[in-house]
Amino acid sequence: MTTSAPSRKKPSATVPAPRKPVNWRRVGAWTLVAIAVVVTIAPFLWMLRTALSSNASLASNASNLLPADFSLGAFKRVLGLQSPEEAIAEGGSGAAINFWLYLRNSVIFATVTTAGQVFFSAMAAYAFSRLRWPGRNVVFGLFLATMMVPPIFTALPNFLMIKNLGLLNTFAGLALPFLFMTPFAIFFLRQFFLSMSREVEEAAMLDGAKHVRIFFQIVLPNAAAPLATLALLTFIGQWNEYFWPLLVGQDESVRVLTVGLGVFKSQSPQGAPDWSGLMAATLIAALPVLLLFIAFGKRVVNSIGFSGIK
Amino acid sequence: MTTTTARGAAPARKATGTGTGNAAPRRRRRPRSDLKVALLFIAPALLGFVAFYLVPSIRGVYLSFTEYSVLGDPTWIGIKNYTAIFADDLFWNAMAVTVQYVALNIGFQTVIALGLALLMHNVAKSTLIRGALLLPFLVANVIVALLWFWMLDYQLGIVNEVINWLGLPRIAFFGSEQWAIPTIAGVNVWRHMGYTALLIFAGLQSIPNHVYEVASLDGASPTRTFWSITMPLLRPVLVLVLVVTVIGSFQVFDTVAVTTGGGPINASRVIQMYIYQKAFGESDFGYASALSVILFVILALVAFVQMKFLKGNESDLD
Repeated sequence: MTTSAPSRKKPSATVPAPRKPVNWRRVGAWTLVAIAVVVTIAPFLWMLRTALSSNASLASNASNLLPADFSLGAFKRVLGLQSPEEAIAEGGSGAAINFWLYLRNSVIFATVTTAGQVFFSAMAAYAFSRLRWPGRNVVFGLFLATMMVPPIFTALPNFLMIKNLGLLNTFAGLALPFLFMTPFAIFFLRQFFLSMSREVEEAAMLDGAKHVRIFFQIVLPNAAAPLATLALLTFIGQWNEYFWPLLVGQDESVRVLTVGLGVFKSQSPQGAPDWSGLMAATLIAALPVLLLFIAFGKRVVNSIGFSGIK
Repeated sequence: MTTTTARGAAPARKATGTGTGNAAPRRRRRPRSDLKVALLFIAPALLGFVAFYLVPSIRGVYLSFTEYSVLGDPTWIGIKNYTAIFADDLFWNAMAVTVQYVALNIGFQTVIALGLALLMHNVAKSTLIRGALLLPFLVANVIVALLWFWMLDYQLGIVNEVINWLGLPRIAFFGSEQWAIPTIAGVNVWRHMGYTALLIFAGLQSIPNHVYEVASLDGASPTRTFWSITMPLLRPVLVLVLVVTVIGSFQVFDTVAVTTGGGPINASRVIQMYIYQKAFGESDFGYASALSVILFVILALVAFVQMKFLKGNESDLD
């Protein structure tokens, strides 16, 4: 005991664990945590501060931490509630952007692809986990292998196909590549289906229930939690998707928010960009994801682990 | 973790399998091959797989051997695209820029994320903090890029205001050749560090507690424990995280497209930007396809080398 005590004391000299006095290691650690949280959150506050400023006053108040000349003008401008004259007076470009239209398009695109992808992937995951058929593992292996393929590699031929089908600038063209499956979604759900008990299912089968009924009445309700998690992750991913909509959805009528924001930025006249308008637009565009995250944050946070690698 | 679930599920299935085996008459009545039903269930996913993954992959390889400008039909030109690419200065520039980006992005991101993961594991255990750190990852690339484009603006950006206040010269973050790539790498470190930290954190949680207990009984210092226990046991997870993040990092596009568009001059024209410009700017789909085949091969090699070299699929725990 006495011999081991000094050897223990030396390395832990800075950490007198059981004692009351200030634990400097902990203080240091918490300081780092605080810095990380501030670095993460502060830019969002700056986004809000800019959006609540009057664009014309930004230049003279660049380092003021509070909104420069507080105004809701930027939000009104983005949402089309301001006349062009007012907009120009506040430092906006005066050009209208169809924010509501882009918002609607984003909602349609993200909702349709999420619903299709989760449902069809669940069906496939059921076939890969609960049904027995020859070649099952080979096909599953093939599906999984596509996880390795970089999106750009299939994006070019996919673009050509959508173009040949005459589906450029349509919702069908936007949604089709995402609608049926992703290897990740099938893999994710298969894990849960495999771990579900077979007993209820076998009992139902004895009662003469068919697979379709088992799938809808037993498997899906029992997998509600992982399905919800997957739907949430998929929706966020689709809401944020930029590359594919940039390729096939340039037209105003199907342009989604991410693409619209890029256009909005490059539209600003050379001299003075409408920063407060831009920040108001990004804030509204991020809002659905932020709200979902506030409501279901724990689910998202806990879902990220190894099976969560995307 | 995935392997554990799979391993855990297998015996359970076997058990029920023998259960049905004992009930011999029922088994004979139902020759269990659900091929027809399975086809029905798998049909939509199979359609998606064939139409949007399999066929395009084959077509992509085929197009890389052709000259194709969308108008008319592709003409077979053999390996001409590839020989042209190897003599293409812009390609080598794009590769150099991309590698520089990946090195900066992954280097900083992994070290910071490892630090954050250790903090999450040992100190800040609340889900709220983990959620806060994950936030930037959930916001679209485009939004993050625009936010930082504003904050790093030369004249009015708050960052340059602070730099100015410190008495240092303002920095043209996105506007100068030497700063463009480090800036874009930094923005994406900010976006991804919390997410990467969560992945590593999940790995830390899978290290059994008793290993640490033994270490502390032996009087190991925290530093010693970290290097002799945490790091070796975390290695498979770290390798997986590295493979995934490096592959993602090589495909950087959104941030570049929204902020610099590849400029100034060629300073931030990463490989995916170059592919995009070739295909959609110059309508040179053959050349662009060859570029994306090369990118695919590079990514596969990088993943293979990482798994092999760092022995990602072997655990030290067994």
